[in-house]
Amino acid sequence: MTYIRPKFRHPDLPKNDLGYTTREYEGSLSTLCAGCGHDSISGSILQACFELSIPPHRIAKLSGIGCSSKTPNYFLGNSHGFNSVHGRMPSVATGANMANRDLIYMGVSGDGDTASIGMGQFVHVIRRNLNMVYIVMNNGCYGLTKGQDSATADAGSKSKAGSVNPFQPIDLAGLALELGASFVAQSFSGDKEQLIPLIKAAISHPGFAFINVISPCVTFNNNPGSTKSYDYVREHIEETGKTDLVPEKSEILASYESGTGTEVMLHDGTFIKLEKLAANRDPFNRMEAMNALRNARNRNEILTGLLYIETETEDLHHTINSTDRPLNTLEEEDLCPGSAVLAEINEDLR
Amino acid sequence: MPNSKVNDFVIRFANVNGTGSASANYLFAKAIFRMGIPVTPKNIFPSNIQGLPTWYDVRVSEKGYLGRREGVDLMVCVNPQSMPDDVLSVKSGGYFVYDCTKALNPALIRPDVTYIGLPLMEMCLREFTDPRQRQLFKNIIYVGALSALLDIEFMVLEQLLAEQFVGKEKLVAMNIKALNLGIAYIHSNYAYPLDIRLERRDLVGDKILIDGNSACGLGAVYGGATVVAWYPITPSTSVVEAFETYAKKLRVDKETGKRNYAIVQAEDELAAIGMVIGANWNGARSFTATSGPGLSLMNEFLGLAYFAEIPTVLIDVQRTGPSTGMPTRTQQSDILLAAYASHGDTKQVLVFPSTPKECFDMTAEALDLAESLQTPIIMMTDLDLGMNDHMSEPFQWDDTRKYNRGKVLNASQLEELPRFGRYLDVDGDGITYRTIPGTHPTKGSFFTRGTSRDEYAAYTEDGRVYARNMDRLLKKWNTAKEVVPAPYLYQTVNTSPYGLIFFGTSTYSAEEAMDTMVSTGLNFDAMRLRAFPFNQTVEDFIDTHEKVFIIEQNRDGQMRSLLINELNVNPQKMIPVLNFDGMPITAHAIISLINKNLSPTLNGSTSKILS
Repeated sequence: MTYIRPKFRHPDLPKNDLGYTTREYEGSLSTLCAGCGHDSISGSILQACFELSIPPHRIAKLSGIGCSSKTPNYFLGNSHGFNSVHGRMPSVATGANMANRDLIYMGVSGDGDTASIGMGQFVHVIRRNLNMVYIVMNNGCYGLTKGQDSATADAGSKSKAGSVNPFQPIDLAGLALELGASFVAQSFSGDKEQLIPLIKAAISHPGFAFINVISPCVTFNNNPGSTKSYDYVREHIEETGKTDLVPEKSEILASYESGTGTEVMLHDGTFIKLEKLAANRDPFNRMEAMNALRNARNRNEILTGLLYIETETEDLHHTINSTDRPLNTLEEEDLCPGSAVLAEINEDLR
Repeated sequence: MPNSKVNDFVIRFANVNGTGSASANYLFAKAIFRMGIPVTPKNIFPSNIQGLPTWYDVRVSEKGYLGRREGVDLMVCVNPQSMPDDVLSVKSGGYFVYDCTKALNPALIRPDVTYIGLPLMEMCLREFTDPRQRQLFKNIIYVGALSALLDIEFMVLEQLLAEQFVGKEKLVAMNIKALNLGIAYIHSNYAYPLDIRLERRDLVGDKILIDGNSACGLGAVYGGATVVAWYPITPSTSVVEAFETYAKKLRVDKETGKRNYAIVQAEDELAAIGMVIGANWNGARSFTATSGPGLSLMNEFLGLAYFAEIPTVLIDVQRTGPSTGMPTRTQQSDILLAAYASHGDTKQVLVFPSTPKECFDMTAEALDLAESLQTPIIMMTDLDLGMNDHMSEPFQWDDTRKYNRGKVLNASQLEELPRFGRYLDVDGDGITYRTIPGTHPTKGSFFTRGTSRDEYAAYTEDGRVYARNMDRLLKKWNTAKEVVPAPYLYQTVNTSPYGLIFFGTSTYSAEEAMDTMVSTGLNFDAMRLRAFPFNQTVEDFIDTHEKVFIIEQNRDGQMRSLLINELNVNPQKMIPVLNFDGMPITAHAIISLINKNLSPTLNGSTSKILS
């Protein structure tokens, strides 16, 4: 971790459409270990929000408990954050989203927080297609309690102390696909070039957007024999293709060769551009995505990139037909039926 | 006394669950209510959908006693399963109405009980063809027979049926036919009316008949709740169902057809309370309803809401514990769990309604209290109040009333503030200012957490800062004492060395017990608790009485423990008066327990308690 952050900023730092520099998107200093993959993901989230010119106060950050769940403190300091209880971030996010459908909900969780204690809530937030970004910083171990295996640790993976994990891993991306998630991506904390566009696309997606990010634990799970170490992941990554997000009204850059990419138009007019898709990859086909993921696993490869997207998707507010206005802005005149109606109700009860 | 049994008796219906008896029995109770006579119906039902015995008690009381009373004056038994026990529960001199299509087992005949046989099955087979109708109208026929035996005004029944089946004249006609079958059978076979009977009175006034859960749901609509998250559990389920029913009528935008509310059925109680906390954190009024097992599950989140200071409203409809206990029986046994919910030093604000009117008022008030105190408010109702119909004062709403949203800073206030401190006690009352996400682009954001933090919401492991925050939470607790519903005192000055303390559904029977004991020369002062934390009035009441009887419905005297623990009073003077068999406490039980305690005193010196 870095203890000192210089106050000085280059006067010519690039500005986004709001006139903000990345400074407006920074958070507190990270207290995670130096080299932690999670810090890179935080940086990617920050960069994605900056590039999309999102006013920081229009984002709410939510997390559970664990190393990953500490990170919302380390990015977007001008956004409200909520570090809730272990495994329960999805429910807090659901309530928050119900209260105000106009904010962007950035959920951050870990493999312990999601794949073990929080599995029930993870499953059900997908089922409801809550409009949120759900990032799992997946390092295959419990960092804060000093390196126990998590439920995403691969069978046969060796811990730092040398013990071999005997249990099958839970594949969160595969599970999200199976459960009907409308956006599923997988990435690696060390690959910002891939991760930043994926986060941007996830933010623009109008339903539940899941990104499973392999994020090595430098202290407890970066040893030889671990399948979530930097070296192992770098050697076993298999990209589905390149992803880029083109904001609404932006010109599509000429550098994209026509015919090599797939453009995905999102609900808000934004495009996701998928370049150099691997052969036989179809991001709109759930079955194909599940197969590709499983096949990669069988080859001991980690398939990364946008695995699946459903552009026409209806979120929970749509399902329950709640008002277009944020519920937290409704006042007495919208909410209280008044004494005359109450008198009628009384009369019916006599 | 020839008229002693007019408007003063208990009728019990013994039915089979799932046979449509509930609406017929309700028709019977409502008719008595419409005749201006105080009535208390209680559904005693199994944890079952179809087939097991279920009972419906209707107490009629000219004196207006609304608590349960033991002893059945007239039993309507249409359930052969429970017949042997049902015969035994009839008071000597009482009546046993049964289906005489099949001959009664001679072993069930008691010489001190009058038997009234109605060939219900035979009449139904003769008069109706549809199998479902044959079953349903059996119930209406016995209501007809009772109307003849007890003098229920036929016009009242007719009117109630017309209201129930608006636009379904054919159904009304069939129901009336069934009623008449019962009436005609009594007229030609038995002497009527009985000595226990009804006479029209004007004792109901403008009161309404409604269950507490419906009142809570309606109170939440009026109180401005917009986000409701819940997990089904008896006996709380009907709170959210009532909210939804009323909201569908009263909260849908006429132009767009969209809802000014959101209800999410969660995957469990953990998620339900998490959603409520998330919504309240984000500035929407939100609540959930549960019962004991759900409250156990919600403990972790309640600690977060207490420590991170997030408004939360939870309606706990208590049932018989521990564990799954008796899910369809009542108790007041979650008091201690709720009061100190979650690990670490926590104290939760509780409110105790005792009538549907209070369920309505306190739900709306709880939404105000949660936001003004920025803490969970747990409403402690119970199965008896929640799922039974009660005669209640009518609901009222002041149209000038504004929701108390508490200390929430808006964008312009933030603009003027040199530095925002989420946990900074600016006003000295322990309640700090909060901001809602999305308010201001660069000011007022903070990190909400269950970990220790300083006044500016920054993480800290500095013990002094932690302790300062915990002390401030206590200061807030003291502030709460003055704003939560005050206890109700039954007297302006003490008149007895003995005091009674009760709350919630123990109230009806406690009041009846007091009334009865006064007539035998025993006088008590009394106080009805309406909230925790306890204020000075509670402390003074206990201090100024030699003995205090705490009437409650659990085994361990939980409210007594809470009073002793919080007010540091002498346990010796705090006498528990308990009932925990799952049935609502009776005045009779209260009187005998108090007498048992006072009898040595009575033998020595009676002057002290004689009024």
